[in-house]
Amino acid sequence: MALKASQVKVGDKHEAVVVRELSRTQIVQYAGASGDYNPLHTDEVFTTQVAGYPSIFAHGMLSMGLTGKMLTDYVGDGRLTKFGVRFVSQVFPGDTLTAKAEVEAVRSEGGQHFVDLKLSTVNQDGKEVVQGSASARIDP
Amino acid sequence: MPREPAVTASTSKGTTAFEEAEMVDRFPVEAGHIMLFARAVGDANPIYYDEEAAKKTEPGGIIAPPTFVQASAQFEPDYGLRPKIGQRWFGSGKSPSGSNAEPPAEEAPRGGGGGSGLHAEQHYEYHRHLKPGDVLHSVNKPGKTWEAEGRRAGKLKFSESITEYYDQNNNLVITARSVGVQTERPVSQG
Repeated sequence: MALKASQVKVGDKHEAVVVRELSRTQIVQYAGASGDYNPLHTDEVFTTQVAGYPSIFAHGMLSMGLTGKMLTDYVGDGRLTKFGVRFVSQVFPGDTLTAKAEVEAVRSEGGQHFVDLKLSTVNQDGKEVVQGSASARIDP
Repeated sequence: MPREPAVTASTSKGTTAFEEAEMVDRFPVEAGHIMLFARAVGDANPIYYDEEAAKKTEPGGIIAPPTFVQASAQFEPDYGLRPKIGQRWFGSGKSPSGSNAEPPAEEAPRGGGGGSGLHAEQHYEYHRHLKPGDVLHSVNKPGKTWEAEGRRAGKLKFSESITEYYDQNNNLVITARSVGVQTERPVSQG
């Protein structure tokens, strides 16, 4: 079910936990599905001893993909017209992420209705890992 | 001051540039691949794997999740973040870096403690959503470049690239804008 312009207003909020205690294995799954096998995401030996990071960390695109799950569950399947993010902090194994959307505008254009959303995904400490925006076509 | 980005990183050919999308000649969108991708992003929505359930939805069939097009990397022949058969890989094997095969003479060892290329931003504009059976190709356009001084990772060099994905009928389906950043040192935490 898609969102309805008549039932949504500026300031409305929606949030969902999109991963609990992110596992290294899920990061491996993402590497395999996306094709991004950068060892910084799955190879602890390389990442700590060569690259100088405290631990492997998730692909930015995994945190965007997780955020996208909240988004499509909220606006409806196949309704997104725009989705953009900045990766503001790294996501590490064990993190629990909550993706949040807030309605910034409800508008109509060429006889169709759209919603503009502000996005923020935070970890278990409330630290923002992803910030962004999205637009979706919604029902009247 | 711009925020420091963090996340995906990359390496290829002795450089540490964020692996920007290159032109892809043929990216067949397949149902099994969509299912694996949806699992990886923890999305159990049946529209990504169950044909019968998907028929009853508004799109009328399986579609791809919104970030699926990133998997076009699978179809870039020279993508630097995928091990190539018989070639040296910069991840760990017996030693922390540089597993299998002989190190190529021209490749300097990757320095410890150095900075690396990271993914700073990703933006998509959907002209329509992808479905199994689509066969995409992409065209790349360079974007802006800029520099900034970061608190957590030293000097930051940003570069933008625009990738347009076209379908089998040569219709533009997704426009992607990606920003990579080259950091001077690893991003410190806190």
